[in-house]
Amino acid sequence: MPFALLKHGLGGKYPARRHLPKAKDLKPAYDVVIIGAGGHGLAAAYYLARDWGITDVAVLDKGYLAGGNTARNTAIIRSNYLTPEGVRFYEESLALFRNLSEEFDYNILYSERGHFTLAHTDAALRTSRWRAEVNKHLGVESELIYPDEIERLCPALNLSQDMRYPILGALYHPPGAIARHDAVAWGYARYAADQGAEIHCNTEVQGIVIENGAVTGVETNRGRIACKLVLQAVAGSSSRVARLAGLRLPIRTIPLQACVSLPLKRFLDQIVVSGSLHVYVSQSDRGELVMGASTDPYGLYSTRSTLDFKERLLGHMLELFPFLANVKVVRQWAGMADMTPDFSPIMGVTPVRNYYIDSGWGTWGFKATPVCGKRMAEMLATGRTPDLLHPFRLERFFEFDQVGEKGAASVGH
Amino acid sequence: MKILNCPLNGPRNISEFAWGGEVKAMPDPVRCNDRAWADYVFLEANAAGVVREWWCHLATSYWFVAERNTVTDEVIRTYPASELFAERVQFAARDKPGPR
Repeated sequence: MPFALLKHGLGGKYPARRHLPKAKDLKPAYDVVIIGAGGHGLAAAYYLARDWGITDVAVLDKGYLAGGNTARNTAIIRSNYLTPEGVRFYEESLALFRNLSEEFDYNILYSERGHFTLAHTDAALRTSRWRAEVNKHLGVESELIYPDEIERLCPALNLSQDMRYPILGALYHPPGAIARHDAVAWGYARYAADQGAEIHCNTEVQGIVIENGAVTGVETNRGRIACKLVLQAVAGSSSRVARLAGLRLPIRTIPLQACVSLPLKRFLDQIVVSGSLHVYVSQSDRGELVMGASTDPYGLYSTRSTLDFKERLLGHMLELFPFLANVKVVRQWAGMADMTPDFSPIMGVTPVRNYYIDSGWGTWGFKATPVCGKRMAEMLATGRTPDLLHPFRLERFFEFDQVGEKGAASVGH
Repeated sequence: MKILNCPLNGPRNISEFAWGGEVKAMPDPVRCNDRAWADYVFLEANAAGVVREWWCHLATSYWFVAERNTVTDEVIRTYPASELFAERVQFAARDKPGPR
């Protein structure tokens, strides 16, 4: 058997497929330049090729492929938001996510777990009821359940009333899922590259060339590139890159920290979120508990971890799962979240013609990867704002027409 | 725990403070148009580097100004707001009461 395997390996009959083509030199001009080779940028390149036949695309990144917030999130996917605009948008994302593995012929390990948003106060119960009604109205599976049913569906939770914040109820969202975040980006990258899009890592955009109010190219550390359209999809660096185009955004960059525990035998199938306790947790396929909390108390361009964060998070974890008291944290990291005042993203046109932004993804970006890529591609290809994206335009701040999602943005920030 | 030096209370744990965001010049709320007001309320420089920002010591409700490096997370200096605002900022009164 090992010899047969060796023979196959050395024989030329089954050549290994290179995941991505070798890096090439930059061309002097492209139709579209996408700044940021994370999930969102790569998804946009993929849908530009698949839906619109636009393949003269360069995806540029200062670092390595999908090494920013695409690699740093906690991989939760759900659509139980608060506003009808938000629910419609994220619901389309879920529909796209479900088919992604087959579409790519590449397993993104999409796993529907059921998502519980715990309520520990009357106010949180009220918000849960509100969200459940908005969700159901728009055809999203979502309901308010009480401790008896929580115990049946998620027996690992501590439902004792003898704690600081007893669990009074939960918003239950059965389609809530997790997926392998890196695989999502790699899948998009592979197909986009197959179609002719070029992915250039270690290529930093250092300037945006603007003539007569329209973007005509970008300056990089590898020279100038001319282009017709630019899409900026750089998460925590949104303000810095937008400034190159002379734009200011309603964004504050704030770190969001996360950590994982030792691998444990599976006891938690569900995704559990508590707004009041600032915790969200799920158990990965390897058995590690993937845990996150609210954003840091102040803005910072850094991915350092702090002891304050872990003390708070793990204290609350022990209220929900007291039997974890001796379990160790083995890894920690942080991402830079681009937080907006209304906890909704900013997508679409900017005052600079042909310069589009995809930003303001704060702590809710991973779950929107497919829909955002698809709809931003539509916007780039047609020059029209899709109805689904209209509520999330930059101009909403000047029209005082925000999309308030604070009540549904993972945990109370 | 990180320590912040409050100009009123001396060095205290940073958990006693709330971050108030960057110091911006407020336009005259009566005379400016909606766009200028939205700009003031929502848009941020969000700079990477040394910034000047508001902080509040929660226990004493004392607002002051800090200069902090948003890349290295070093606090360079904290000082009372009176260093920036020597005089009361006077905006013109509205001509007529009621909505504009």
